[in-house]
Amino acid sequence: MAACRIEDVLAEAEKDEAERLKNITVHKELDVEFDIGNLLAFDKNSINTREFKQQNKDEFFRSLARDNTQLLINEIWKLPSEKVEEVIVVKLPDPVTKLPREKPAPKPRPPTKWEQFAKLKGIQKKKKTNLVWDEVHKEWKRRWGYKRAKDDTKEWLIEVPENADPNEDQFAKRNQAKKERVAKNEFNRLKNIARAQKLEVPGVGLAPSAQQSKAELVKAVHVAKSSTASVGKFQERLPKEKPQRNTGKKRQFQPLIGDFAGEKQKQLEMLKLMESKSPRLDITKAVNKQMREEDSEASERRKGKKGRRGTAPGKGRRNALSGKGKGKGKGGPSKGKGRKPAMRQGKR
Amino acid sequence: MRPLTDEETKVMFEKLSKYIGENIKLLVDRPDGTYCFRLHHDRVYYISEKILKLATNISRGKLVSVGTCFGKFTKTQTFRLHITALDFLAPYAKYKVWVKPGAEQSFLYGNHIMKSGLGRITENTNKYQGIVVYSMADVPLGFGVAAKSTQECRKVDPMAIVALHQADVGEYIRNEDTLT
Repeated sequence: MAACRIEDVLAEAEKDEAERLKNITVHKELDVEFDIGNLLAFDKNSINTREFKQQNKDEFFRSLARDNTQLLINEIWKLPSEKVEEVIVVKLPDPVTKLPREKPAPKPRPPTKWEQFAKLKGIQKKKKTNLVWDEVHKEWKRRWGYKRAKDDTKEWLIEVPENADPNEDQFAKRNQAKKERVAKNEFNRLKNIARAQKLEVPGVGLAPSAQQSKAELVKAVHVAKSSTASVGKFQERLPKEKPQRNTGKKRQFQPLIGDFAGEKQKQLEMLKLMESKSPRLDITKAVNKQMREEDSEASERRKGKKGRRGTAPGKGRRNALSGKGKGKGKGGPSKGKGRKPAMRQGKR
Repeated sequence: MRPLTDEETKVMFEKLSKYIGENIKLLVDRPDGTYCFRLHHDRVYYISEKILKLATNISRGKLVSVGTCFGKFTKTQTFRLHITALDFLAPYAKYKVWVKPGAEQSFLYGNHIMKSGLGRITENTNKYQGIVVYSMADVPLGFGVAAKSTQECRKVDPMAIVALHQADVGEYIRNEDTLT
């Protein structure tokens, strides 16, 4: 029984070995192409449609993928391998297939203000030599930087200009001027960066200038006023001070295609409000009505008098206008007014 | 293109109400679909929702006109009605003036209406009331403002102006290139 078992085990082992070998070798009609650098394999073999239809499709794809991966790994094993810290490592060759880049190509840096100006004026960069001859030291020196030729910071004596204040420190003045030039350059550099990134340049309105214009001063005042913890909300105003224009407040509009029903409702409400605001008694309309009634009365009277030709028609009309016949309350406005005080007197 | 702000809507409604009174409601609340007012290049357009949605495909600079132009906002934010609005003013007009056939042409050339050309006028029209002008065959010709009330009209001499011209259909030819 034991021998039988051994045979069995051996047979099984052999079978296993065969299966494993079979698994490692994959047969393909057309050779699969590899790009080991990218760990890529291209299988150009056509799919057996009959087999594809008969089998479970997922199963079919899985086996196909396994076979191709096996081929790829076989290919990798063909490369020279080495052992680094108990791990087998293969150095992959350079990739052959060109892949598109992940990010878009960087845009060229937008030109600085000076570059724009130079382009406009057609100013071109001239290459200058790095070294220049220094007459004083009788040697070649750098044009710029440390140990440069004609170094004005190393002068031990400065001539005081004719119209300058004699007590002024010319060295300090020169240093100050240099510092300001550096600061200005730095500021311009930052402005260029801000412009390139389309940011708002901070503090542009308050850059120091020799002669501040009225507009600049106004802006400075407003900036100073709004530089409080409450953004200038509780800042007092001078009597005739005007509010600043163009503060950058933007109007917000409703969306173009939004709530149509709500828009309609709002407009109807607005119309309702407008209607209610109009006075109930339109005075001009009332006066017109009054005048019309009087006119019609007058015309009626004229018609009545038409039979008698002898009397002057003008007289009759005048009578009608004064409203003697019918209209007690409807009389001329002057008459009504005159009557009012009398009535009051009577009441008293 | 954008919806009108509350202020703009109010200004426009006040102007429209001079001609059609409370009938604006019928323009806002229509049974045959959703219509709305939209502002584009300072001009107010009266558009159906359907056309508005189609018009959104056209960029702002390229869009010349959409729907019916009612008028425009001036730089001082007052609203001026255009002749194109006549189609919507005429059916709802509260005060009307009919001109005699002889005076029709004069009105269509942009002149005011004289007493001599006045055919009929709505009763109790006030002075400075917005009016719509019709020919005697009831064809709307334009709109304007009453210079005299109906009562006054009866008494004035024939050469007196009774209605001030604001817009007439002759503008379709005269201002062909600017009308949208």
